[in-house]
Amino acid sequence: MLRYVLRRFLTAIPTLFVIVTISFFLMRVAPGGPFNQEKGLNPIIKANLERVFHLDQPLWKQYLLYLNNLIHGDFGPSYNLPDFTVAELFADGLPISIELGGSALVLALLFGGILGIIAALYQNRPADYAVIATATAGSTIPTFVIAPLFQLFFALTLKWFPVGGWGDGAFINKVGPVLTLMLPQLAIVARLMRGSMIESLRSHHIRTARALGLSDYSVIIKHALRGALLPIISYAGPAAAALLTGSIIVETIFSIPGVGRYFVEAALNRDYTLVMGTVVVIAIFTIVFNLIVDILYAVVDPRVRYD
Amino acid sequence: MKVQFSLKSWLIGCSLIAMTTTGAFAEVIYNRGNSADPESLDPHKTSTVYEANILRDLFMGLMIQDAKAQVQPGAAESFTVSADGKTYTFKMRKGALWSDGSPVTADDFVYSWRRLVDPATASEYAYMLAPVTNAEDITAGKKKPEELAVKAIDPETFEVTLNAPTPYFLEMLTHQSTYPVSKANIDKLGADFVKAGKLVSNGAYVLTEFVPNDHIKAVKNDKFYDAANVKIDVVNFIPTEDRSTAMKRFEAGELDSNDDLPTEQLADLKAKFGDQIHIGPYLGTYYYAFKIDKAPWDNVKLRQAISEAIDRDYLAEKVWQNTMIPAYSFVPPGITGYETRTTDYAEKSQLDREDEAKKVLAELGYGPDKPLKMEIRFNTSENHKNTAVAIQEQLKPLGIEVSLVNTDTKTHYGLLEQHGDFDIARAGWIADYKDPENFLALCKTGTGNNYAAYSNKEYDDLMAAAAAAATPEERMKLLSDAEAIGVARDLCVVPLLYYSYHNLVSNKVKGWENNVMDVHPTRFLAKE
Repeated sequence: MLRYVLRRFLTAIPTLFVIVTISFFLMRVAPGGPFNQEKGLNPIIKANLERVFHLDQPLWKQYLLYLNNLIHGDFGPSYNLPDFTVAELFADGLPISIELGGSALVLALLFGGILGIIAALYQNRPADYAVIATATAGSTIPTFVIAPLFQLFFALTLKWFPVGGWGDGAFINKVGPVLTLMLPQLAIVARLMRGSMIESLRSHHIRTARALGLSDYSVIIKHALRGALLPIISYAGPAAAALLTGSIIVETIFSIPGVGRYFVEAALNRDYTLVMGTVVVIAIFTIVFNLIVDILYAVVDPRVRYD
Repeated sequence: MKVQFSLKSWLIGCSLIAMTTTGAFAEVIYNRGNSADPESLDPHKTSTVYEANILRDLFMGLMIQDAKAQVQPGAAESFTVSADGKTYTFKMRKGALWSDGSPVTADDFVYSWRRLVDPATASEYAYMLAPVTNAEDITAGKKKPEELAVKAIDPETFEVTLNAPTPYFLEMLTHQSTYPVSKANIDKLGADFVKAGKLVSNGAYVLTEFVPNDHIKAVKNDKFYDAANVKIDVVNFIPTEDRSTAMKRFEAGELDSNDDLPTEQLADLKAKFGDQIHIGPYLGTYYYAFKIDKAPWDNVKLRQAISEAIDRDYLAEKVWQNTMIPAYSFVPPGITGYETRTTDYAEKSQLDREDEAKKVLAELGYGPDKPLKMEIRFNTSENHKNTAVAIQEQLKPLGIEVSLVNTDTKTHYGLLEQHGDFDIARAGWIADYKDPENFLALCKTGTGNNYAAYSNKEYDDLMAAAAAAATPEERMKLLSDAEAIGVARDLCVVPLLYYSYHNLVSNKVKGWENNVMDVHPTRFLAKE
């Protein structure tokens, strides 16, 4: 297993290299540059800026320079926020996005899982319909609707929570964003869990377990759930990579200083270094979570072995 | 004596308790919504209005704008101007200190201004010192920063020599790019000198916290010469990119003011917030530019006909909910001593304008058989799109087939800057300082922001003559004449709307004075 993990990490290096290379050149194909703005710059001033950021060099040189810096762990300064390096921006924002996204994911897996199991056990009965209705609503109402509704009802009317802001990480500031991030995930997990649990409960080994007179608890939790977890794990990997790297909608509406907004904002601002930093971070998260999914497969499914 | 003493202590004790419980000792905190985070807090690297709002609190230039945006002495206590109008001598304010306690001297300004024009700094606003002798050559790399015509005669006296008399020079000195930075601070920390807790500044507030996308905290600078009159102890600048959330945060009391409103909700907001909404004329113009060096847009009659047919009242009322003002000149009203020159159809009714426009188009051979095709380019924004769609509809009855091209801001301005191919494109200009020259310079031959590629010797000559004018009155007259030719006659820009400021300010905030520059230094405000 250890060798497998090591091999996967080694193969991740060329993957990252390809991602960085493609992103670097794709970014430069986009028209306009970091210093195009409503108040256009005098050509001399623009040339000075481009010289400071090495944008006056041929593209291949800029690429080599970027790669060299990257290998040394230097993501460069942000073009549009020159007071900060890209690494500083991520050091500030990433823990916040991870905390919110991680909490949302754990809660979604826990409650979504429980709801899914209940729905599967009471298939085609009121409890099942209630779960399905909630799940359908949860996955169809977009976050940009849930978030303002939460603000209107819980913050402005009931005054239980603040409308927005991070508040230095106070618990009440996190409730809204975590719930908003969680609801769509919870809905998806509940539906997935219900489907796979129903399938699992119908399988031969469960019928055998029941025939052997095992208790309901043992049948459901020890045997059926194990088989039913596989689709959830497959889903949770990429979902975790997406959630932990932040959501532009939730962070903007709740004024949260995470990193979710950087991907879109940096691309729109042609903030090349910040875009590249975001690409690298998301790529690493995706690679790591895919690896975790594969390892969990081996843990959960006795048929999967990597050695 | 003993009795008297104990009575006195008792009285002091009681009053202390009373003051604490009534909040007399409580810190006054002002939560100030600011549309976006600053790009940089280094005054020499700034470019946005959002930065200006923060830097105005942290630093103090030679001159400042007061609560009404009137120019007043700042770091300089007084100044004299030589008879030829080219040499300014500033007397530094006695007792003015940096936040580290060291005095603010003339040498600080020499250092800072050299740094601003130095090509190595790559300041976007290096041109704010363009009137100073050698400044432009230094930025272009032709001369050394030490050759900038500024000198510290002694620590209390700062002298500047200009290329030519520049009546708006003092206005320019209120701009954040001309603020001083502490040499000792930069020598010690390098690029990190701007970090919160490290930045040494000379304004009414000191930067203590900066969490990107969350807040910037500045606390009252005890070393500030006028600290006794600064009533707000802490100002938190809170970026409010999502304007709807900002409105809710204001309603919940999390914000005391915000510098923008979701204009599409204006009617509801007015009903809810009443006189806490402040809307008024702002020194900025929303305009379209024709690509004048491309047929058929090189024909001024055609440009005028199209401009004439655009119903600006409709745009202001219906598209912008009266948060913009119909514009027929490039320089907005509100600059003392300047007479704006509007297009000659400004006073006519829209129906007459349309009839005239139709006639001109017919004369030029356009009609149902030969429709005129025009592409409007604009940068992404719901309001820009709605404006373009309204214009498309307004021009349809004239037989003009308008198509719309929407691109993101960088693509849009990248194309305009490179003088790429387009028919007509959207742009805007917000004044850096209160002077018509700041607008009219855009139409000079070869200027970076001259997207229309307008070039007219008569216009350039008038601008040059204005720069060399002997009296302010003559200068304003020449600038006005230039606008009459470049804008009103030739449409180097097609003015559509004047911007307006739209602030939401709590009734608890006192001392807020509406002004055309939309400048509201926190040191002049108070909060109940």
